[in-house]
Amino acid sequence: MNAWLDDALTKVATDASALRTLFPGVGRRVGRGPSDRPGWTVDDVARVRLLEAAPGAAAEMPDLYRYGDAAEKRAVLRGLSVVDTGDAGLELVADALRTNDTRLVTAAMGEYGATHLDDSAYRHGVLKCVFMGIPLAAIAGLDRRTDEELLRMMRSFAAERTAAGRDVPADLLPLLNEQDA
Amino acid sequence: MRIFDPHIHMSSRTTDDYAAMHAAGVRALVEPAFWLGQPRTSVGSFTDYFDALVGWEPFRASQFGIAHHCTIALNPKEANDPRCAPVLDLLPRYLEKDGVVAVGEIGYDSMTADEDKVFAAQLALAIDHELPAMVHTPHRDKAAGTERSIAVVRESGIAPERVVLDHLNEVTVAMVKESGSWMGFSIYPDTKMDEERMVAILREYGTERVLVNSAADWGKSDPLKTRKTGDAMLAAGFTDDDVDQVLWRNPVEFYGQSGRLDLEGAATEAEFAGNSILRGARK
Repeated sequence: MNAWLDDALTKVATDASALRTLFPGVGRRVGRGPSDRPGWTVDDVARVRLLEAAPGAAAEMPDLYRYGDAAEKRAVLRGLSVVDTGDAGLELVADALRTNDTRLVTAAMGEYGATHLDDSAYRHGVLKCVFMGIPLAAIAGLDRRTDEELLRMMRSFAAERTAAGRDVPADLLPLLNEQDA
Repeated sequence: MRIFDPHIHMSSRTTDDYAAMHAAGVRALVEPAFWLGQPRTSVGSFTDYFDALVGWEPFRASQFGIAHHCTIALNPKEANDPRCAPVLDLLPRYLEKDGVVAVGEIGYDSMTADEDKVFAAQLALAIDHELPAMVHTPHRDKAAGTERSIAVVRESGIAPERVVLDHLNEVTVAMVKESGSWMGFSIYPDTKMDEERMVAILREYGTERVLVNSAADWGKSDPLKTRKTGDAMLAAGFTDDDVDQVLWRNPVEFYGQSGRLDLEGAATEAEFAGNSILRGARK
């Protein structure tokens, strides 16, 4: 266990505003490599633990995101699935989906996005991932939210790629074939 | 010749400059937060700028094999504008970012009461966040401003060796050396300091605790002045080791006091927020 993180968890448990200065430096203290949780880095895990430990974290999260660097923003997006922000987190997800930063777009299409995005926004989020080369396996909720319209968009995307003589991402093919069956 | 430019405003330079700097030997730099040429009118203008200093600009530099770090502060000139001063409340968030290696540029412009207050408050922030401080000495009434800056540094309680006083000249160098702080020199085409005068100062005051920078920005300036100073030192009989001390080891030692200097950071990232600068490289 990391002594710095233990101390930080204690601080945010008594005062959520301590997140403002503890959140940025997490990577320097705990590292930035892969964690046991697929797709998450050890600093992601540590930052989300800090959010979980802070009563009132939900009120801090919009500004943690606004003033965060990419690693901090990603952690806030990941934290949306464990801290109850109601629909308030949707604005952050929408902001992340406007970027062209694969780290943020991937995190935006996590469990919170899969639960809260409306059908159109979810479909466009998935399509954006495909465009950016983000593996479908990194997107939450595909099993329950894939609908006929999303499949149509995917087929259209695949047709454009094929017409241009470019490759269709391999992980898209099972999805398209499923529809053909 | 490996070069670390300890003070250069890359946000106002082009990718051609990055390429030329790399070709000249620049492998690392620090970009201090400063004003923009025309006044800012809101706090949001600062935070977007700070976001660029910790995000977009390091990415741009990495495309050219140069490690980019920055300093963050409310600059002396805008410390006088009540529309800008509230950015002080946001500084603690930014002073904890990975790429931030000092508080700066702080100090005096016109030596007003507001500047006094903001200067002292930001030295206290440097202590709180365990960062060195970069102090800009004023261009007008420089000697008096430098003297007063040294006094404010002393009163703050920050260790003098964790402070650099920048834009020094023949008149102000001795008092800074005496104070125990680092001596910064901005080598400019016409103003501030030039290569030949810099060599004379190095002869008289030695190569320790000296930082030589180009301070290049949107004004008439030259991002290769660090290299030209190194060449002038060699021509004047300084050794390769002297040049390496002044242009590389000194800035590494000064900013290394932050504990956040990452000189492996020159590796190329593929994209920043989807934007590649190397246009044509992507299909």
